[in-house]
Amino acid sequence: MNKRVMELKGVEVWDGNMANSQAFRQADVDVVAAYPITPSTATVENYAMFHANGYIDGEVMMTESEHAAMSACVGAGAAGGRVATATSSQGLALMIEVLYQASGMRIPVVLCLVNRALAAPLNVNGDHSDLYLTRDSGWISIDAFNPQQAYDMTLMSFKISEHPDVRLPVISNQDGFMTSHTAQGVHTLSDDAAYGFVGEFKPMNDMLDFEHPVTHGVQTEEDWHFEHKARQHNDLMTKVFPKIEVAFAEFEKLSGRKYNLIEKYDMDDADVCVVCLGTSVETAREVATEMRANGIKAGVLGLRVIRPFPFMEVAEALKGIKAIAALDRSSPNGAAGMLFNEIAGALFNTDTKALLSGYVYGLGGRDLTKAHLTALYKELQANVDAGKVTTPLQQFIGVRGPKLAYL
Amino acid sequence: MNKPISEMGWDELAPGAVLYTFDGDINYNIADIQPEDRMYSETSSKGMSVGDWRVIKPVWNSETCIDCQNCWIFCPDTSIIARNKEMKGVDYEHCKGCGLCVSVCPTNPKSLLMFNEYETVENALANWPAKKKKGE
Repeated sequence: MNKRVMELKGVEVWDGNMANSQAFRQADVDVVAAYPITPSTATVENYAMFHANGYIDGEVMMTESEHAAMSACVGAGAAGGRVATATSSQGLALMIEVLYQASGMRIPVVLCLVNRALAAPLNVNGDHSDLYLTRDSGWISIDAFNPQQAYDMTLMSFKISEHPDVRLPVISNQDGFMTSHTAQGVHTLSDDAAYGFVGEFKPMNDMLDFEHPVTHGVQTEEDWHFEHKARQHNDLMTKVFPKIEVAFAEFEKLSGRKYNLIEKYDMDDADVCVVCLGTSVETAREVATEMRANGIKAGVLGLRVIRPFPFMEVAEALKGIKAIAALDRSSPNGAAGMLFNEIAGALFNTDTKALLSGYVYGLGGRDLTKAHLTALYKELQANVDAGKVTTPLQQFIGVRGPKLAYL
Repeated sequence: MNKPISEMGWDELAPGAVLYTFDGDINYNIADIQPEDRMYSETSSKGMSVGDWRVIKPVWNSETCIDCQNCWIFCPDTSIIARNKEMKGVDYEHCKGCGLCVSVCPTNPKSLLMFNEYETVENALANWPAKKKKGE
């Protein structure tokens, strides 16, 4: 724990970036190496301010690029330290090569990814293009829907990432601006309680253990590369969910806030539902409640964990639903959306008769309005009434010009 | 890890492709022990031959060598074998044929020269160039 304690009020007014910064501070990170970028800038900026004001015992490294920032995290992690960074969009794109290094080398790193669109055209606002870019990188990917959850998820990310059975890096996602720059009341933990939860960093195969010299970052060819990738996939598929669930359960005991691999809202008796990520989950919940008042049994499924993908849990949650909408906030650029595909995969080979349709929305920070969601739920209900999908399987919503619909 | 990597299944390998250099704890000064006497582990790259990456090889001529240690200092792969400041030869299991040792050799003629990989050492030594005269 950092020597200097910060006295926090029970509820602080924090935006998502400050929530990240405070979680970093309370976890007593050894090295934060970063190259700040909008909208995640303030995560690092606030942390550097804490450092300048004497609240941080660890190091803050300003690097020459995001590629270097993640490289420094991998190096410091291999040396045997708790490490973290933050980025968005183009910065994440530049980091991507090193993301695969971090996960393949099994270095625990916490990356706060404040989701933002990818150029071109250049855009600083929130969508999930960068999040989607990370999905095959071997990282664990967790999503927050608001600043409170950003604080909780970033804190828990350390615990999950560093577990000796896991040793995989974790991305703590939040929506750019909608979460990162929206200040809300955030229930805090004391420095003592937060550090007690995350725990002391336990190095494994650290390069600074001179009694046990190790080589990190080796070359493997066709003779044993496959075995290493297989092990990483196996650990993602079998070891991560149990540790996430333990972390969620311990966190609930500490804070009273309960989290799940998938977050169900009014799903038990729902006829229609939307599946989405980030702040859209909260908007959809509000609209779903309104739909119920109008006789449409609407529900919302928000994904708390994106990687590993909760395949079985999603199939179970959706098995009784009659019409499902998969909402993708990233252009699939020539395919069905990621969520559409994942959900279709989870439901295929089951007995479900669910009608699944996909929607692409909100690119570059375009608002997803309650009017959009109201129309969407009505469309789902029309599908239920007709007993088939009455629209093309993929539609764009909220975009100007002639209607875009495919498949 | 007492098995060669080529025999290990995915569940036997250390996560992250981490390789342990030595067996046991190193609670002594490793520099006091010559490489041939160290307890390198099965997975240490010491036991990995990378000589076949090379297409040309350095050949050492002990007749002209003055044991200056330049090649030993400059070799990027610690493939010059020297003991008690005397040159002993080249580690052909780890040398990748970069030729740096030849370029830093100060003798006339040079005591290390690059030859085709298929050339025998005997043949190479038999064809060693003569001392160059001033201005040659």
